[in-house]
Amino acid sequence: MSHAIQDRPVQTAVRHDPLRHARLPRWSPLAIAAGSIAAGVGLGLAAGWHSRIQWGLLAALFFVLGTYAVTAKVEGSRQAKDRVATSLVWVCFILAVIPLLSLAWVTISKGLETLDPYFLSHSMNGVLDAEVGGGIYHALLGTIEQVLLATLIAAPIGLLTAVYLVEYGRGKLAQAVTFFVDVMTGVPSIVAGLFILATWNLMLGFGPSGFAGAMALAILMMPVVVRSTEEMLKLVPNELREASLALGVPKWRTILKVVLPTAIGGITTGVMLAVARITGETAPVLLLVFGTKLINENPFEGAQASLPLYVYEQYAVGTDAAISRAWAAALVLIAFVMILNLVARGIARWKAPKTGR
Amino acid sequence: MAKRIDVSGLSAYYGAHKAIDDISMTVEPRSVTAFIGPSGCGKSTFLRTLNRMHEVTPGGRVEGKVMLDDENLYGSHVDPVAVRRTVGMVFQRPNPFPTMSIFDNVAAGLRLNGKYKKSQLNEIVERSLKGANLWNEVKDRLNKPGSGLSGGQQQRLCIARAIAVEPDVLLMDEPCSALDPISTLAIEDLIGELKERFTIVIVTHNMQQAARVSDRTAFFNLAAVGQPGKLIELDDTERIFSNPSVQATEDYISGRFG
Repeated sequence: MSHAIQDRPVQTAVRHDPLRHARLPRWSPLAIAAGSIAAGVGLGLAAGWHSRIQWGLLAALFFVLGTYAVTAKVEGSRQAKDRVATSLVWVCFILAVIPLLSLAWVTISKGLETLDPYFLSHSMNGVLDAEVGGGIYHALLGTIEQVLLATLIAAPIGLLTAVYLVEYGRGKLAQAVTFFVDVMTGVPSIVAGLFILATWNLMLGFGPSGFAGAMALAILMMPVVVRSTEEMLKLVPNELREASLALGVPKWRTILKVVLPTAIGGITTGVMLAVARITGETAPVLLLVFGTKLINENPFEGAQASLPLYVYEQYAVGTDAAISRAWAAALVLIAFVMILNLVARGIARWKAPKTGR
Repeated sequence: MAKRIDVSGLSAYYGAHKAIDDISMTVEPRSVTAFIGPSGCGKSTFLRTLNRMHEVTPGGRVEGKVMLDDENLYGSHVDPVAVRRTVGMVFQRPNPFPTMSIFDNVAAGLRLNGKYKKSQLNEIVERSLKGANLWNEVKDRLNKPGSGLSGGQQQRLCIARAIAVEPDVLLMDEPCSALDPISTLAIEDLIGELKERFTIVIVTHNMQQAARVSDRTAFFNLAAVGQPGKLIELDDTERIFSNPSVQATEDYISGRFG
């Protein structure tokens, strides 16, 4: 008998949780949130903290800990971990959204004081710093022209580079290009500005112009376009390329007629996001476009203004009227970028491969 | 138009790895030749060497000769693009172009290769869709996206796309493996009709399918994992399935293998 027992090792029984267990009511996360906010505010007041941020962080901490404690007590430890993860996600989401909303709120409330059709359609020509009035027409025009020129330079080069990297690039050259694109992504905008200043303005002797700024912006934009386009092209299934090649379509036509149309939605979004990124650049514009109070429609000759630069200048002036103008211009800048983003999303949705029946 | 394929001493590589070794065979025009064999034995690789799609894979390389009637596909001045216009291909998973409508999908091979009048295109698209037994199902929605069709319809759309450019040979790489039995039957019937006009080579894992659709069957095998695949024997389908001359073929067909 003892022999037989030795032969059969003792098996550890696998435990199964019961299928039913105690559950917290559905309103419990809300209740815990309310309780922890009350506790945070109460403790903050009691300790005499002035900063609302400290109250909020304390409440967030209470919320996560409270969720864990209550759930562990009622539902068990696995459910407690699950709820803590959920509550952390919520806390992080709120922490991320609060600054965003407050930024939008402050900009809109301060910007709307000055923003009107007059502001959009007039320049600062002859307006004194302390004087109310004036506008951003010259800066808006400058920004649009510079960004347009930068896009015209950067988008085709970036697009073709990405096509090379995904469809043709093999070996050392492709690796080197990828590496330098990554390096370029990290180039500070002031360095791009200094580079153009050194070559275009100092070595070749051109004066400040919108075009010089556009070249610096193009340098900043190019790596973003390459990267996003590259990712989009990689998403195009290889089967489509093979299907096209197997029909006897040359590779370049396959890329032009099958690969690019399939990815065009994502590529457009990428380009638009790159445009949005450079629209807010100040440093290269400050160095190369120089800024002016007057309307200069020609981006190839003479100083121009631009929106971020305008905001910077008006803020530096520091009078009440100027600071109000700065907020209004900032609002226009944000709205401009937002409209670009909406356009990009619209194009992406419109051009996306259709799956409907 | 159908042409004879005459392969001699063909080996294909992926980089340093030899995938198929020294294959010689003849594929008769206006017939269906099926390739069977275990996974990884190089059937698909061999199929892809027949229209120079193998070299599209990075590191893909081929040695040997493939004669299409009297022209070597791997001759020194042969354009792979021209080869693929002559030797069409249908893939395992249906892959219609997602940005194009049903009409544009069928016309893709023509449009991307040259200029045709609208009336000519209409005629060719209708003829190809009829040839692929799909016309009645899609004639009212030619402008809808091809990706909205069912899997079996998509595969017939891909066949219509392939025959629209009037190739001499049609290669099919497991065309039914992603389809249900009814769609499979539709495509098998279609293969029977298409062989009147084309030389057809089909790779399949389904031995009943090989027995049903093909006139000749080639059995491929590999000695061990990592070894190159080899052609074991090629014979009339009836003979392969009733009385094969090699023991390995019989083992594979009767399920005593792998």
